Amino acid sequence: MSGSFFKRIFLLSALVFSSLVPALAQDDEHHEGETTVVEHGKSEEGFNMGEMIMHHIKDEHGWEFAHGLKLHLPVILYTADRGLEVFSSKDFEEGKAHNGYHIDHKTGQVHRIDTAGKADESVKVWDFSITKNVASLLLSVVLLVVILGAVKSSFAKNRGGKPTGIQRFIEPLILFIRDEVAKPNLGHGYAKYLPYLLTVFFFILANNLLGLLPGSANVTGNIAVTMVLAVIAFFVVNLSGNKHYWMHLVLPSGVPWWLLPLIIPIEIIGLFVKPVSLMIRLFANITAGHVIILSLLGLIFVANQLGGAGTAWGLSPVVIVFTLFLNLIELLVAFLQAYIFTLLTSMYIGSAIEDNHDMDHGIGYDEEHIIEPVA
Amino acid sequence: MELLTPNIGLLFWQIVAFGGLFFILRSFAWKPILASLKEREENIQSALDLAEKTRREMAAMKADNEKLLAQARSEREAILRGAKETADKLIAESRDKAESEGKRILEQARETMQNERQALVMQMKKEVVSLSLDIAEKVLRKELSDKSAQEKLVNDLVATSSLN
Repeated sequence: MSGSFFKRIFLLSALVFSSLVPALAQDDEHHEGETTVVEHGKSEEGFNMGEMIMHHIKDEHGWEFAHGLKLHLPVILYTADRGLEVFSSKDFEEGKAHNGYHIDHKTGQVHRIDTAGKADESVKVWDFSITKNVASLLLSVVLLVVILGAVKSSFAKNRGGKPTGIQRFIEPLILFIRDEVAKPNLGHGYAKYLPYLLTVFFFILANNLLGLLPGSANVTGNIAVTMVLAVIAFFVVNLSGNKHYWMHLVLPSGVPWWLLPLIIPIEIIGLFVKPVSLMIRLFANITAGHVIILSLLGLIFVANQLGGAGTAWGLSPVVIVFTLFLNLIELLVAFLQAYIFTLLTSMYIGSAIEDNHDMDHGIGYDEEHIIEPVA
Repeated sequence: MELLTPNIGLLFWQIVAFGGLFFILRSFAWKPILASLKEREENIQSALDLAEKTRREMAAMKADNEKLLAQARSEREAILRGAKETADKLIAESRDKAESEGKRILEQARETMQNERQALVMQMKKEVVSLSLDIAEKVLRKELSDKSAQEKLVNDLVATSSLN
């Protein structure tokens, strides 16, 4: 009874929401345009939506949970001439310089400054600081180790029995990755890749979910993070590629010889497009979600600027309702993107390790192989 | 576009964090978790298999029992039928035997009677012959002496001997 009721509510709201998205997007652009105008008018007080959003989705030294509540994180710098230097990000507060370094507030990058207080571009500063994203990253690692450690001991406790506690939440996810992602795509060799796929899934999921918390970092919406994940996926796929995989790349069977000059470059580009698509998909999905939510919330401040406090108060319930729905959708996206990344990675690995390519059309080089049915 | 340029520090920390996470989880979590999942699934599978096997065995046993029962029933019937046949045969045989024995005895008795009668008749015939011969002798003897006496004697003898 209640289930179908909620389902109906959900469907209805999804319908309403989907029809409103384009309108809202237009609204955003409109307002953003206006705010820039306003900002140009009153340069100091003006609310800049674009800046606010970028500030939230980008990395920074120190972790500001809310205005005035900031956790200072260590800044770790390496320069060829001065070696490793570690100090608190508190020393950079309010644009201050420290030890001859300062942060460029436009780009967020640390530069060496010369005696005149100008950025010295000749010194390359390697910034290995524990930034907001790094701190969140490490937090997610600790959380995952703690949670999965608890799941492990729960497994040990309920040996052979039915799951209890947190195991009941995590176990279906593990089973899902194993039975719906790894097994169908990887066949009988799935066990070798399962720890990697599970780690990828839970890492992305944990960071997606952490990113939804207010004041949190945008880890999986950062291109450096998704790039590392994609590069690892690239290596896992290509290092496990078998003879058929590489042969298919350089000499696809069933293709007329005169098409080879076209097909081979396409295949080689495809090799790199796959991880790049993984990288951009995750980054763009998570960042876009954050941008939409921040834009919606920013509307309140824009309204405050344009129509005064009354308009802002009047608008906020509507904005809050939409933000709530978007947060629910982001919750879905958090699971979905973790699933998609894992699924695609396992599909790429599957294509690299399978014995017989679909493209062979039966005239390939599979005589010496017995085609085994994939369980 | 600064959003699209990866930061070297974050790249480094992400490699460290993800690599560390992978190696920690692989030996610390995934191995035991996947092993116990597999173990549990195998347990469930073997329990199901056992149940299925037991069910099949039970069915087989039931079928066996029924077969045995049917066999016992048919055997009982066969035995009963056999016993009845034997009994019937026995009765028939003894009746036949008794009948034939009775017949035989009757026959024997009849034969004996016949024989005895025959013997009696023979003896009687013999006696009649010898008597007749005696009479004839006596008559012949008397005739030789006295004709009238001879006649009288014959008459007397005939009068005294009544044939029966």
